Amino acid sequence: MHSFGYRLNGLLTFAVTILALMCAITSLSDNFNTPSPSAEIKIMNINWFQKQPQGHDEVSLTMNVSADLQSLFTWNTKQVFIFVAAEYETRKNSLNQVSLWDAIIPAKEHAKFWIHTSNKYRFVDQGNNLRGKKFNLTLHWHVMPKTGKMFADKIVLTGYSLPEEYR
Amino acid sequence: MYYAKHFRWDSSYSASSNLVYKLQRRRRRSKKLKHIGKRENMGWIGDTVDSIKSIQIRQLLTQVVSLGMIVTSALIIWKGLMCVTGSESPVVVVLSGSMEPGFKRGDILFLHMSKDPIRAGEIVVFNIDGREIPIVHRVIKVHERQDTGEVDVLTKGDNNYGDDRLLYAQGQQYLQRHHIMGRAVGFLPYVGWVTIVMTEKPIIKYILIGALGLLVITSKD
Repeated sequence: MHSFGYRLNGLLTFAVTILALMCAITSLSDNFNTPSPSAEIKIMNINWFQKQPQGHDEVSLTMNVSADLQSLFTWNTKQVFIFVAAEYETRKNSLNQVSLWDAIIPAKEHAKFWIHTSNKYRFVDQGNNLRGKKFNLTLHWHVMPKTGKMFADKIVLTGYSLPEEYR
Repeated sequence: MYYAKHFRWDSSYSASSNLVYKLQRRRRRSKKLKHIGKRENMGWIGDTVDSIKSIQIRQLLTQVVSLGMIVTSALIIWKGLMCVTGSESPVVVVLSGSMEPGFKRGDILFLHMSKDPIRAGEIVVFNIDGREIPIVHRVIKVHERQDTGEVDVLTKGDNNYGDDRLLYAQGQQYLQRHHIMGRAVGFLPYVGWVTIVMTEKPIIKYILIGALGLLVITSKD
Protein backbone atom coordinates (compact mmCIF):
# COMPACT_ATOMS: atom_id res chain seq x y z
CA MET A 1 0.00 0.00 0.00
CA HIS A 2 2.94 2.29 0.49
CA SER A 3 5.14 1.23 -2.40
CA PHE A 4 6.54 3.66 -4.90
CA GLY A 5 4.16 2.44 -7.60
CA TYR A 6 1.03 3.07 -5.56
CA ARG A 7 2.20 6.47 -4.45
CA LEU A 8 3.05 7.47 -8.01
CA ASN A 9 -0.34 6.27 -9.20
CA GLY A 10 -2.16 8.22 -6.52
CA LEU A 11 -0.11 11.33 -7.20
CA LEU A 12 -0.71 11.20 -10.95
CA THR A 13 -4.46 10.66 -10.56
CA PHE A 14 -4.71 13.58 -8.17
CA ALA A 15 -2.64 15.81 -10.45
CA VAL A 16 -4.77 15.03 -13.50
CA THR A 17 -7.99 15.62 -11.57
CA ILE A 18 -6.80 18.97 -10.27
CA LEU A 19 -5.63 20.01 -13.76
CA ALA A 20 -9.01 19.13 -15.25
CA LEU A 21 -10.76 21.10 -12.52
CA MET A 22 -8.55 24.11 -13.14
CA CYS A 23 -9.30 24.01 -16.87
CA ALA A 24 -13.03 23.87 -16.17
CA ILE A 25 -12.90 26.82 -13.75
CA THR A 26 -10.79 28.82 -16.21
CA SER A 27 -13.38 28.25 -18.89
CA LEU A 28 -16.23 29.21 -16.55
CA SER A 29 -14.50 32.47 -15.68
CA ASP A 30 -15.00 33.56 -19.29
CA ASN A 31 -18.73 33.80 -18.66
CA PHE A 32 -18.24 36.79 -16.38
CA ASN A 33 -16.92 38.90 -19.21
CA THR A 34 -19.59 41.06 -20.95
CA PRO A 35 -18.16 42.22 -24.25
CA SER A 36 -19.17 45.46 -25.93
CA PRO A 37 -17.55 45.52 -29.35
CA SER A 38 -18.21 48.04 -32.10
CA ALA A 39 -17.49 47.99 -35.81
CA GLU A 40 -18.00 49.98 -38.99
CA ILE A 41 -17.56 48.86 -42.58
CA LYS A 42 -17.62 51.20 -45.56
CA ILE A 43 -17.49 50.00 -49.14
CA MET A 44 -15.12 52.38 -50.85
CA ASN A 45 -15.38 51.05 -54.37
CA ILE A 46 -16.75 48.26 -56.51
CA ASN A 47 -13.69 47.40 -58.59
CA TRP A 48 -15.36 45.14 -61.11
CA PHE A 49 -18.49 43.03 -61.47
CA GLN A 50 -18.45 40.27 -64.08
CA LYS A 51 -20.12 37.03 -65.01
CA GLN A 52 -17.61 34.19 -65.03
CA PRO A 53 -17.36 31.65 -67.89
CA GLN A 54 -19.06 29.02 -65.69
CA GLY A 55 -22.06 31.28 -65.29
CA HIS A 56 -21.42 32.57 -61.78
CA ASP A 57 -21.39 36.27 -60.91
CA GLU A 58 -18.25 37.63 -59.32
CA VAL A 59 -17.60 40.94 -57.58
CA SER A 60 -14.38 42.59 -56.49
CA LEU A 61 -14.69 45.41 -53.99
CA THR A 62 -12.55 47.54 -51.70
CA MET A 63 -13.72 48.22 -48.19
CA ASN A 64 -12.64 50.05 -45.09
CA VAL A 65 -13.15 48.11 -41.85
CA SER A 66 -12.71 49.78 -38.49
CA ALA A 67 -13.49 48.02 -35.23
CA ASP A 68 -12.88 48.06 -31.52
CA LEU A 69 -12.92 44.53 -30.13
CA GLN A 70 -10.84 45.06 -27.02
CA SER A 71 -13.64 44.10 -24.64
CA LEU A 72 -13.65 40.56 -26.02
CA PHE A 73 -10.26 39.69 -24.57
CA THR A 74 -9.97 37.99 -21.19
CA TRP A 75 -7.01 36.36 -19.46
CA ASN A 76 -8.12 33.07 -21.01
CA THR A 77 -8.14 34.33 -24.61
CA LYS A 78 -5.52 32.97 -26.98
CA GLN A 79 -6.68 34.79 -30.10
CA VAL A 80 -9.79 36.20 -31.75
CA PHE A 81 -10.56 35.15 -35.32
CA ILE A 82 -12.62 37.78 -37.16
CA PHE A 83 -14.07 37.75 -40.63
CA VAL A 84 -16.36 39.89 -42.75
CA ALA A 85 -19.07 38.04 -44.64
CA ALA A 86 -21.61 39.22 -47.17
CA GLU A 87 -25.08 37.81 -46.53
CA TYR A 88 -27.86 37.93 -49.07
CA GLU A 89 -30.88 36.04 -50.29
CA THR A 90 -31.54 34.78 -53.79
CA ARG A 91 -34.46 33.10 -55.52
CA LYS A 92 -32.96 29.64 -55.12
CA ASN A 93 -31.18 30.06 -51.81
CA SER A 94 -32.75 31.35 -48.61
CA LEU A 95 -29.35 32.37 -47.28
CA ASN A 96 -25.94 32.86 -48.82
CA GLN A 97 -22.93 33.72 -46.71
CA VAL A 98 -19.68 34.51 -48.47
CA SER A 99 -16.58 35.33 -46.45
CA LEU A 100 -14.74 38.29 -47.93
CA TRP A 101 -11.88 38.90 -45.54
CA ASP A 102 -10.56 37.45 -42.30
CA ALA A 103 -7.84 38.13 -39.79
CA ILE A 104 -6.46 36.80 -36.55
CA ILE A 105 -6.09 39.19 -33.61
CA PRO A 106 -3.48 37.71 -31.31
CA ALA A 107 -3.62 40.22 -28.46
CA LYS A 108 -5.71 42.97 -26.93
CA GLU A 109 -3.40 45.72 -28.21
CA HIS A 110 -4.21 44.81 -31.82
CA ALA A 111 -7.96 44.65 -31.26
CA LYS A 112 -8.65 48.30 -32.05
CA PHE A 113 -7.84 48.76 -35.70
CA TRP A 114 -8.88 49.96 -39.10
CA ILE A 115 -7.90 48.45 -42.41
CA HIS A 116 -8.39 49.40 -46.02
CA THR A 117 -8.46 46.26 -48.12
CA SER A 118 -9.90 44.56 -51.16
CA ASN A 119 -11.70 41.29 -50.60
CA LYS A 120 -9.30 38.51 -49.71
CA TYR A 121 -11.61 35.76 -50.94
CA ARG A 122 -13.57 35.77 -54.16
CA PHE A 123 -17.12 36.99 -53.86
CA VAL A 124 -18.70 34.43 -56.19
CA ASP A 125 -22.39 33.63 -56.27
CA GLN A 126 -23.89 30.21 -56.89
CA GLY A 127 -25.62 31.43 -60.03
CA ASN A 128 -25.98 34.87 -61.55
CA ASN A 129 -28.24 36.68 -59.14
CA LEU A 130 -26.05 39.51 -57.95
CA ARG A 131 -27.14 42.38 -60.18
CA GLY A 132 -28.73 45.06 -58.03
CA LYS A 133 -28.62 42.74 -55.03
CA LYS A 134 -29.05 44.22 -51.56
CA PHE A 135 -26.82 42.55 -49.03
CA ASN A 136 -25.69 42.81 -45.39
CA LEU A 137 -22.11 42.87 -44.25
CA THR A 138 -21.56 41.02 -41.01
CA LEU A 139 -18.44 41.15 -38.87
CA HIS A 140 -18.13 37.81 -37.06
CA TRP A 141 -15.70 37.08 -34.28
CA HIS A 142 -14.70 33.74 -32.80
CA VAL A 143 -12.93 33.86 -29.46
CA MET A 144 -10.49 30.98 -29.17
CA PRO A 145 -9.55 30.40 -25.53
CA LYS A 146 -6.36 29.05 -24.03
CA THR A 147 -8.56 26.26 -22.72
CA GLY A 148 -12.28 25.56 -22.64
CA LYS A 149 -15.40 26.73 -24.42
CA MET A 150 -15.23 28.82 -27.58
CA PHE A 151 -17.54 31.81 -28.07
CA ALA A 152 -18.76 33.40 -31.26
CA ASP A 153 -20.97 36.33 -32.13
CA LYS A 154 -21.46 38.91 -34.85
CA ILE A 155 -22.51 42.45 -35.75
CA VAL A 156 -24.84 42.85 -38.73
CA LEU A 157 -24.53 45.99 -40.81
CA THR A 158 -27.27 46.50 -43.35
CA GLY A 159 -27.82 48.72 -46.30
CA TYR A 160 -25.27 47.70 -48.91
CA SER A 161 -26.13 46.92 -52.48
CA LEU A 162 -24.46 45.94 -55.72
CA PRO A 163 -24.78 47.82 -59.01
CA GLU A 164 -27.53 46.96 -61.46
CA GLU A 165 -25.25 46.30 -64.40
CA TYR A 166 -21.98 44.47 -64.93
CA ARG A 167 -18.92 46.62 -65.16
CA MET B 1 9.48 -9.60 29.65
CA TYR B 2 12.11 -10.69 27.16
CA TYR B 3 14.58 -8.42 28.81
CA ALA B 4 13.81 -9.68 32.32
CA LYS B 5 14.40 -13.27 31.27
CA HIS B 6 17.93 -12.57 30.14
CA PHE B 7 18.90 -10.08 32.72
CA ARG B 8 20.33 -11.68 35.82
CA TRP B 9 19.00 -10.01 38.88
CA ASP B 10 21.09 -12.06 41.31
CA SER B 11 24.21 -10.82 42.96
CA SER B 12 26.46 -12.61 40.47
CA TYR B 13 25.49 -9.98 37.92
CA SER B 14 28.51 -8.25 36.62
CA ALA B 15 28.71 -5.37 34.23
CA SER B 16 31.18 -7.03 31.91
CA SER B 17 29.22 -10.23 31.38
CA ASN B 18 26.07 -8.24 30.69
CA LEU B 19 27.93 -6.18 28.18
CA VAL B 20 29.20 -9.30 26.42
CA TYR B 21 25.65 -10.68 26.28
CA LYS B 22 24.31 -7.44 24.82
CA LEU B 23 27.02 -7.45 22.14
CA GLN B 24 26.20 -11.03 21.18
CA ARG B 25 22.50 -10.21 20.81
CA ARG B 26 23.25 -7.18 18.67
CA ARG B 27 25.45 -9.30 16.37
CA ARG B 28 22.72 -11.89 15.92
CA ARG B 29 20.09 -9.23 15.12
CA SER B 30 22.34 -7.56 12.54
CA LYS B 31 22.99 -10.96 10.87
CA LYS B 32 19.21 -11.49 10.56
CA LEU B 33 18.77 -8.01 9.07
CA LYS B 34 21.52 -8.65 6.53
CA HIS B 35 19.74 -11.81 5.44
CA ILE B 36 16.44 -9.93 4.91
CA GLY B 37 18.24 -7.20 2.99
CA LYS B 38 19.58 -9.73 0.53
CA ARG B 39 16.07 -11.03 -0.16
CA GLU B 40 14.79 -7.48 -0.79
CA ASN B 41 17.65 -6.75 -3.13
CA MET B 42 16.25 -9.36 -5.53
CA GLY B 43 13.91 -6.50 -6.43
CA TRP B 44 10.36 -6.31 -7.60
CA ILE B 45 11.10 -8.90 -10.29
CA GLY B 46 11.39 -11.49 -7.55
CA ASP B 47 8.22 -10.20 -5.95
CA THR B 48 6.38 -10.42 -9.25
CA VAL B 49 7.50 -13.98 -9.86
CA ASP B 50 6.51 -14.91 -6.32
CA SER B 51 3.09 -13.40 -6.61
CA ILE B 52 2.45 -15.00 -10.00
CA LYS B 53 3.34 -18.37 -8.51
CA SER B 54 0.96 -17.82 -5.63
CA ILE B 55 -2.13 -16.86 -7.68
CA GLN B 56 -5.33 -18.53 -6.71
CA ILE B 57 -8.04 -19.05 -9.28
CA ARG B 58 -10.78 -17.26 -7.34
CA GLN B 59 -8.67 -14.20 -6.69
CA LEU B 60 -7.63 -14.09 -10.34
CA LEU B 61 -11.23 -14.32 -11.51
CA THR B 62 -12.26 -11.51 -9.17
CA GLN B 63 -9.56 -9.30 -10.58
CA VAL B 64 -10.49 -10.14 -14.17
CA VAL B 65 -14.13 -9.31 -13.44
CA SER B 66 -13.25 -5.97 -11.83
CA LEU B 67 -11.02 -5.12 -14.81
CA GLY B 68 -13.93 -5.97 -17.10
CA MET B 69 -16.17 -3.67 -15.07
CA ILE B 70 -13.72 -0.79 -15.46
CA VAL B 71 -13.47 -1.29 -19.22
CA THR B 72 -17.24 -1.59 -19.56
CA SER B 73 -17.92 1.59 -17.60
CA ALA B 74 -15.41 3.46 -19.76
CA LEU B 75 -17.27 2.20 -22.83
CA ILE B 76 -20.60 3.30 -21.30
CA ILE B 77 -19.24 6.79 -20.71
CA TRP B 78 -17.95 6.97 -24.30
CA LYS B 79 -21.25 5.83 -25.83
CA GLY B 80 -23.17 8.15 -23.54
CA LEU B 81 -21.04 11.06 -24.72
CA MET B 82 -21.78 10.07 -28.31
CA CYS B 83 -25.52 10.27 -27.56
CA VAL B 84 -25.34 13.57 -25.69
CA THR B 85 -23.24 15.38 -28.25
CA GLY B 86 -24.97 13.83 -31.25
CA SER B 87 -21.70 13.19 -32.99
CA GLU B 88 -19.95 9.96 -33.95
CA SER B 89 -16.78 10.87 -32.18
CA PRO B 90 -17.29 13.47 -29.50
CA VAL B 91 -13.57 14.09 -29.00
CA VAL B 92 -11.02 14.48 -31.81
CA VAL B 93 -7.30 15.14 -31.82
CA VAL B 94 -5.89 17.83 -34.10
CA LEU B 95 -3.36 16.16 -36.38
CA SER B 96 -2.16 18.88 -38.73
CA GLY B 97 -1.10 22.48 -38.44
CA SER B 98 -3.68 23.85 -40.84
CA MET B 99 -5.56 25.72 -38.11
CA GLU B 100 -2.59 27.33 -36.41
CA PRO B 101 -2.13 29.42 -34.37
CA GLY B 102 -5.54 28.58 -32.96
CA PHE B 103 -5.28 24.79 -32.84
CA LYS B 104 -1.90 23.17 -32.78
CA ARG B 105 -1.07 19.54 -33.43
CA GLY B 106 -1.86 17.56 -30.31
CA ASP B 107 -4.81 19.59 -29.03
CA ILE B 108 -8.14 17.95 -28.50
CA LEU B 109 -11.49 19.34 -29.58
CA PHE B 110 -14.90 18.63 -28.10
CA LEU B 111 -17.54 18.28 -30.75
CA HIS B 112 -21.28 18.83 -30.67
CA MET B 113 -23.76 18.33 -33.46
CA SER B 114 -27.18 19.91 -33.27
CA LYS B 115 -29.96 20.47 -35.76
CA ASP B 116 -29.02 24.17 -35.97
CA PRO B 117 -28.11 25.20 -39.49
CA ILE B 118 -24.46 25.42 -40.38
CA ARG B 119 -23.29 29.02 -40.59
CA ALA B 120 -20.15 30.74 -41.76
CA GLY B 121 -17.32 30.89 -39.24
CA GLU B 122 -18.10 27.66 -37.44
CA ILE B 123 -15.29 25.19 -37.04
CA VAL B 124 -16.50 21.86 -38.38
CA VAL B 125 -15.05 18.39 -38.52
CA PHE B 126 -15.87 16.54 -41.69
CA ASN B 127 -15.08 13.36 -43.57
CA ILE B 128 -14.32 13.26 -47.27
CA ASP B 129 -15.44 10.16 -49.15
CA GLY B 130 -12.35 8.10 -49.70
CA ARG B 131 -10.34 9.70 -46.90
CA GLU B 132 -10.37 8.07 -43.50
CA ILE B 133 -9.00 10.88 -41.37
CA PRO B 134 -11.51 13.63 -40.50
CA ILE B 135 -10.48 17.23 -41.19
CA VAL B 136 -11.02 20.19 -38.86
CA HIS B 137 -11.49 23.45 -40.77
CA ARG B 138 -13.61 26.61 -40.71
CA VAL B 139 -16.67 27.27 -42.88
CA ILE B 140 -16.21 30.25 -45.16
CA LYS B 141 -19.15 29.94 -47.57
CA VAL B 142 -22.71 28.82 -47.02
CA HIS B 143 -25.47 28.43 -49.60
CA GLU B 144 -28.75 27.28 -48.10
CA ARG B 145 -31.64 26.20 -50.30
CA GLN B 146 -35.02 27.92 -49.97
CA ASP B 147 -37.15 24.83 -50.22
CA THR B 148 -35.29 21.94 -48.65
CA GLY B 149 -33.04 23.78 -46.20
CA GLU B 150 -30.06 21.78 -47.42
CA VAL B 151 -26.74 23.54 -47.41
CA ASP B 152 -23.69 23.69 -49.60
CA VAL B 153 -20.66 24.53 -47.51
CA LEU B 154 -17.10 25.49 -48.43
CA THR B 155 -14.35 25.22 -45.83
CA LYS B 156 -10.80 26.48 -45.40
CA GLY B 157 -8.10 26.01 -42.82
CA ASP B 158 -7.07 29.22 -41.09
CA ASN B 159 -3.41 28.62 -41.84
CA ASN B 160 -3.95 27.49 -45.45
CA TYR B 161 -3.72 29.88 -48.35
CA GLY B 162 -6.55 28.45 -50.44
CA ASP B 163 -9.87 26.84 -49.72
CA ASP B 164 -10.44 23.11 -49.37
CA ARG B 165 -11.65 22.36 -52.90
CA LEU B 166 -8.32 20.60 -53.49
CA LEU B 167 -9.10 18.26 -50.59
CA TYR B 168 -12.61 17.39 -51.64
CA ALA B 169 -13.36 14.37 -53.83
CA GLN B 170 -13.01 14.62 -57.60
CA GLY B 171 -15.62 17.01 -58.95
CA GLN B 172 -16.96 17.96 -55.53
CA GLN B 173 -17.40 21.71 -55.09
CA TYR B 174 -19.15 21.86 -51.73
CA LEU B 175 -19.74 19.81 -48.62
CA GLN B 176 -23.20 18.78 -47.55
CA ARG B 177 -24.56 18.28 -44.08
CA HIS B 178 -24.06 14.52 -44.12
CA HIS B 179 -20.32 14.96 -44.53
CA ILE B 180 -20.07 16.94 -41.30
CA MET B 181 -19.49 15.08 -38.06
CA GLY B 182 -19.78 17.94 -35.65
CA ARG B 183 -18.97 21.50 -34.66
CA ALA B 184 -16.05 22.24 -32.35
CA VAL B 185 -17.33 23.84 -29.16
CA GLY B 186 -14.47 23.41 -26.70
CA PHE B 187 -10.79 22.79 -26.67
CA LEU B 188 -8.01 21.46 -24.44
CA PRO B 189 -4.36 22.01 -25.34
CA TYR B 190 -1.62 19.35 -25.45
CA VAL B 191 -3.72 16.44 -24.12
CA GLY B 192 -3.94 14.78 -27.52
CA TRP B 193 -0.21 14.07 -27.74
CA VAL B 194 -0.79 10.80 -25.86
CA THR B 195 -3.04 9.56 -28.68
CA ILE B 196 -0.69 10.80 -31.41
CA VAL B 197 2.31 9.04 -29.86
CA MET B 198 0.37 5.80 -29.39
CA THR B 199 -0.90 5.87 -32.97
CA GLU B 200 2.41 6.65 -34.61
CA LYS B 201 4.49 4.25 -32.56
CA PRO B 202 2.18 1.33 -31.77
CA ILE B 203 4.95 -0.41 -29.80
CA ILE B 204 4.37 2.10 -27.00
CA LYS B 205 0.68 1.13 -26.92
CA TYR B 206 1.57 -2.55 -26.52
CA ILE B 207 4.13 -1.82 -23.80
CA LEU B 208 1.60 0.30 -21.90
CA ILE B 209 -1.14 -2.32 -22.10
CA GLY B 210 1.31 -5.07 -21.13
CA ALA B 211 2.51 -3.11 -18.11
CA LEU B 212 -1.06 -2.35 -17.04
CA GLY B 213 -1.99 -6.02 -17.37
CA LEU B 214 0.98 -7.07 -15.27
CA LEU B 215 0.10 -4.48 -12.65
CA VAL B 216 -3.47 -5.76 -12.43
CA ILE B 217 -2.42 -9.38 -12.10
CA THR B 218 0.27 -8.83 -9.52
CA SER B 219 -1.50 -6.31 -7.33
CA LYS B 220 -2.81 -7.78 -4.12
CA ASP B 221 -6.12 -5.93 -4.24
